Amino acid sequence: MAAITLQYIVDGKDFVSCGRASEQVKQNLKMLAFPAEAVRRIVIAMYEGEVNMVIHANGGVADVEITETLVRVRLTDTGKGIPDIEQAMKAGFSTAGEEIRELGFGAGMGLPNMAKYSDSMVINSTVGVGTEVIMEFKLD
Amino acid sequence: MTIQQVAEILDARVLCCEDKLDTEVKTGFGADMMSDVLAYVNGQGLMLLTGLINPQVVRTSEMMDITCIVFVRGKIPEIPVIELASARGIVLLTTQHRMFGACGKLYSAGITAG
Ligand SMILES: Nc1ncnc2c1ncn2[C@@H]1O[C@H](COP(=O)(O)OP(=O)(O)OP(=O)(O)O)[C@@H](O)[C@H]1O
Ligand SMILES: [Mg+2]
Repeated sequence: MAAITLQYIVDGKDFVSCGRASEQVKQNLKMLAFPAEAVRRIVIAMYEGEVNMVIHANGGVADVEITETLVRVRLTDTGKGIPDIEQAMKAGFSTAGEEIRELGFGAGMGLPNMAKYSDSMVINSTVGVGTEVIMEFKLD
Repeated sequence: MTIQQVAEILDARVLCCEDKLDTEVKTGFGADMMSDVLAYVNGQGLMLLTGLINPQVVRTSEMMDITCIVFVRGKIPEIPVIELASARGIVLLTTQHRMFGACGKLYSAGITAG
């Protein structure tokens, strides 16, 4: 199988369509007959990242590379950035305000969940410039 | 049990996907925070009970392979949210019961924690 690359623009102003990129990746992976357990890990982690881009960073871009043995999800945004990544990774840490909580998010569980479901995760972020999250999922 | 039976136990109204009422559900999860659904839910044949009615309830359910969403406290989402669920084959129910009561009734009837 040749590598498949997909790109999605994630609209930061559209809370209704948030999650569409992750759903489309789910459909692609199912079509390619990836194991259900792997599909689940990948789409949960990607959706957490997609929601983060919408609620914390005004949207961004999702690049997904799929090969037989590896799925790589790269999420980039030009949002406010994360000042302290180690702190942000702690379960329960969130800067979300009341309006985000009312939408059902902001428990501070997203980044830890993404780390749990991916085989490797790297975050690069500069305050005022943006954030890049790269997750890799190994398939065997 | 089937989603049809869930609807009967909760005196619930079906908002979409009537054709899927014979789907089996085994486990349930109650939450208003989608963060918690994403972090804690596992298992199959899962149903979500929630008081939240925005589109991300449906998106989250799609990611978690949740086949049925029960809106508690008489909540009803707007039409676009119902359409989102309908397009994904996710059954939506609405019940007047509050969260604790709805979960309790289903638990007594054999639904386990998902
Ligand atoms: N793309 C991003 N841009 C800027 N800040 C971010 C981004 N992603 C995460 N953060 C910061 O890291 C914190 C922790 O993120 P995490 O996803 O773990 O929790 P949350 O989004 O606040 O809540 P939850 O994911 O449980 O809904 C956020 O509150 C936010 O301050
Ligand atoms: Mg998050």
